[in-house]
Amino acid sequence: MSALLEVKHLNVDLNLPAGMLHAVRDVSFSVQKGKTLSLVGESGCGKSMIALAIMGLLPPSGICHAEKIAFEGDDLLKMDEKKLSTFRGARMAMIFQEPMTSLDPCYTIGNQLVEALTEHKKVSAKEAKERAVFLLEKVGITGSSSRLKQYPHQLSGGLRQRIMIAMGLMCGPSLIIADEPTTALDVTIQAQIMELLSSIQQEFNMGMILITHDLGVVSRVADDVVIMYCGQVVETGNINEIFNNPIHPYTRGLMECIPVPGKTKPGEKLGSIPGIVPTPIGDLWGCSFRNRCSLAKQECATRGLELTKISDKRSFRCVIPPVETTE
Amino acid sequence: MLIYTLKRLGLAVIVMITVSLISFMLLRVSGDPAISLAGEGASNEEIEFVRVQYGFDRPLIIQYYEWAGRALHGDLGNSPYLNQPVAQMIRERMGVTVILGVSALSFAMILSIPLGILAAIRPNTWIDRIALSISVMGQAMPSFWFGLILIIFFGVHLRWLPISGSDSWQHFVMPTIALGYYATPAIMRLVRSGMIEVLASDHIRTARAKGLRWPRILFKHTLRNAIIPVVAVAAVQLGFMLGGSIVIESIFALNGLGNLAWVSISRSDLPVVQAIVLFLSITYIILTFLADLLNAFLDPRIRSS
Amino acid sequence: MTPAETQQQFDSGLGLEVVFPTPGQIMRQRMLTHKGFIIGGLMVLIIFLVAIFAPYIAGHDPYHQDLSIRMIPPVWSEAGSWEHPLGTDSMGRDYLARLAYGARISLFIGFSCMAIAAVIGISLGLIAGYFGGVADMIVSFIITVRLALPAVLVAIAVVALIGGSIQVVVMVLGCLIWDRFAVILRATTQQIRAMDYVQAAQAAGCSVIWLMAREIMPNLFNSIVIVATLEIGRAILLEAALSFLGMGVQPPTPSWGLMISEGKDMMLFDPYLVTIPGVALFFLVLGMNLFGDGLRDVTSPEGRS
Repeated sequence: MSALLEVKHLNVDLNLPAGMLHAVRDVSFSVQKGKTLSLVGESGCGKSMIALAIMGLLPPSGICHAEKIAFEGDDLLKMDEKKLSTFRGARMAMIFQEPMTSLDPCYTIGNQLVEALTEHKKVSAKEAKERAVFLLEKVGITGSSSRLKQYPHQLSGGLRQRIMIAMGLMCGPSLIIADEPTTALDVTIQAQIMELLSSIQQEFNMGMILITHDLGVVSRVADDVVIMYCGQVVETGNINEIFNNPIHPYTRGLMECIPVPGKTKPGEKLGSIPGIVPTPIGDLWGCSFRNRCSLAKQECATRGLELTKISDKRSFRCVIPPVETTE
Repeated sequence: MLIYTLKRLGLAVIVMITVSLISFMLLRVSGDPAISLAGEGASNEEIEFVRVQYGFDRPLIIQYYEWAGRALHGDLGNSPYLNQPVAQMIRERMGVTVILGVSALSFAMILSIPLGILAAIRPNTWIDRIALSISVMGQAMPSFWFGLILIIFFGVHLRWLPISGSDSWQHFVMPTIALGYYATPAIMRLVRSGMIEVLASDHIRTARAKGLRWPRILFKHTLRNAIIPVVAVAAVQLGFMLGGSIVIESIFALNGLGNLAWVSISRSDLPVVQAIVLFLSITYIILTFLADLLNAFLDPRIRSS
Repeated sequence: MTPAETQQQFDSGLGLEVVFPTPGQIMRQRMLTHKGFIIGGLMVLIIFLVAIFAPYIAGHDPYHQDLSIRMIPPVWSEAGSWEHPLGTDSMGRDYLARLAYGARISLFIGFSCMAIAAVIGISLGLIAGYFGGVADMIVSFIITVRLALPAVLVAIAVVALIGGSIQVVVMVLGCLIWDRFAVILRATTQQIRAMDYVQAAQAAGCSVIWLMAREIMPNLFNSIVIVATLEIGRAILLEAALSFLGMGVQPPTPSWGLMISEGKDMMLFDPYLVTIPGVALFFLVLGMNLFGDGLRDVTSPEGRS
């Protein structure tokens, strides 16, 4: 099955006054149709930059190098802005973290939804409106036809995020990138939105990239996982491998931080990873995690630490060979 | 929306009353009107006579009440010097001032809005520097001096434009530029900074992610949001221009309200001065009220609050 | 390798040694490279020096009239000479001397007006921003009324009734141009008031005055200085306009605005009488504005682009 999206050796640098920030270092992954890939990591690990690089929405200070970013066979890197804008919104859509500020306050919901479709396809206003109503219902918003006339400030955060999802779907894209879609919402709404995303993805057989720092969310929705730290991929695998058999010390540390029903005993202390994430500016080599890792050795500071591939989807970046866990 | 309009209207009325009260008091209090009316060298009896005749001996608040009452009926008193109804004098001359003010503001907007947009799209490039230079120089130049320089250059050396009077549209070109230039920097900077701020906002990011092309993003989504504070500033600037045209009108010999005010002040023609101050204030208040309404039209969030 | 060296080798290549500059360092670095800030500062400094050293620069008494040497053009004309580098005016007074002493007038008036306006505007703004509620409503109303009054007109009228002099001009203008101080201070105070550290101090029971002095004022300092520089420019231009109309500083005081007015009648033949003082005004106000804008850019956290 050829990949929906294939990213090969992506690097993103940000030109800051303090120096060149290496936000994304040598990241490769692929997304299949109908499957969800999750990019997991702490804030600032570069995962949002990856999404922006794919969509071509990097800030002016951002510099993107990659061997290939291929979407349904087309190399996105080789496209000019005009061609790329025909892909954005139409064939690949992105949903952002802040629903409260992501909609234009001066225009109605209907206006913004219809615009998403009419920009790319020649349809009549009536047809566009019907599609908007259809999708609003799909995302669980009732009373759709009157909703179209409402303004964003009249709606709650959860509703606005649903509308963002509907807006992303207007043209029927094959890939959805969701960048921390639930982080800014109340906990009770978070679960609903994640379920909605999941069911929509399955119904329309889309590929999804889910960017998050919340492992709980990942465990329910993702098929494949890419763990990121400080701009680099430190481990990849499918959902079962990662959760049941984490290899990289960072991944293991993350697993110890979350309570697991059935395994974590009451009153048991959750783990934590001491130290802070370094800022990847300037000359960098070796494993970025070594100043926080309990297993660190002198070898970890060697240059040219590559990903060790166990299989096509399973890899890790560590000098210490994997230890089989007993569970 | 209705409640918003009513609230704004109520506020406007209260401000109008306060302003009329202040201007009335200010002018009555800062000099003895009886003395100025009676003229120089008048004897004490003559001054007293004038005082009683015009009612200056009564309590200020009663004088105000009567004056305000008459004003509401359109009677702004008579000019003792020309023996004409003040209201008629104002009516004759307001056309020139209004034309000047509106053209000056239009000039300022036509110059500053496109410049502001261009400077915002290409910050720190040559066009941005030109826009900022124009802005910075415009704020530093005394408008009356600029008017004089224009006269010397375009009126005398090049002989392209007439330098006094108000008979044809050419007569208004230089006054418009001299008056409007001062407002350009404020508007241009606001457009520029507003556009830059909105361009960095989340909803523009959404618009780009939707695949919208730049012209639509700029004009539909960015400008609409950025222009909101500009409306308020434009109204204020128009008010200033109507009030500040006094200098320009005197330089270019335009027979407008500013000139009338100036001449009336010189000969202490108090009723005219009071009436003009009242008229200009009310015009300003009406303009800002209309600007508020326009704001509510542009920004749906204001309508609901 | 020593253990320390081993550790150091281990820690390098991680990006741990990146040191972000402190806000103070950023500001200092910006100050040294911001062209507008430096150029504006220099321009203002030049005028200051001219004002301070006026007697040495002038060489002549600015009030001394000598009709036998009237209307000598500046040194760059054929009939000019180095005896009077900027020529003489219609009363035979040396123009360079009048220009140099005029710098004192402009600076004095600019700073005094700004000071009065600052006292009024900052107090009002602080009260409105800190206490909110009714106090805010009242202050906002006062500001609106002030903006509705045509300032130039009212100033002229009051000066006409009281009589013109430096003191009168300073008082009248100072009491009229405080609006920008009030508006900006109100907004900034509201922002700071809402900040967590101020709320924490209030929760700990600190008195209002202590809060204002220790927590709020230091943060307002930036805004105050920036508005102050812009208001000095505004005051200088207003005084020039008033003096130009004859309603400001009275002759024979060498106010630049007055010099332009005196030279206006002959400007078609001897434009230097008008251009020279105008350029001086432009230079000073431009310098002030560049400096003020530069200050704003240098102290703001985000910078301009």
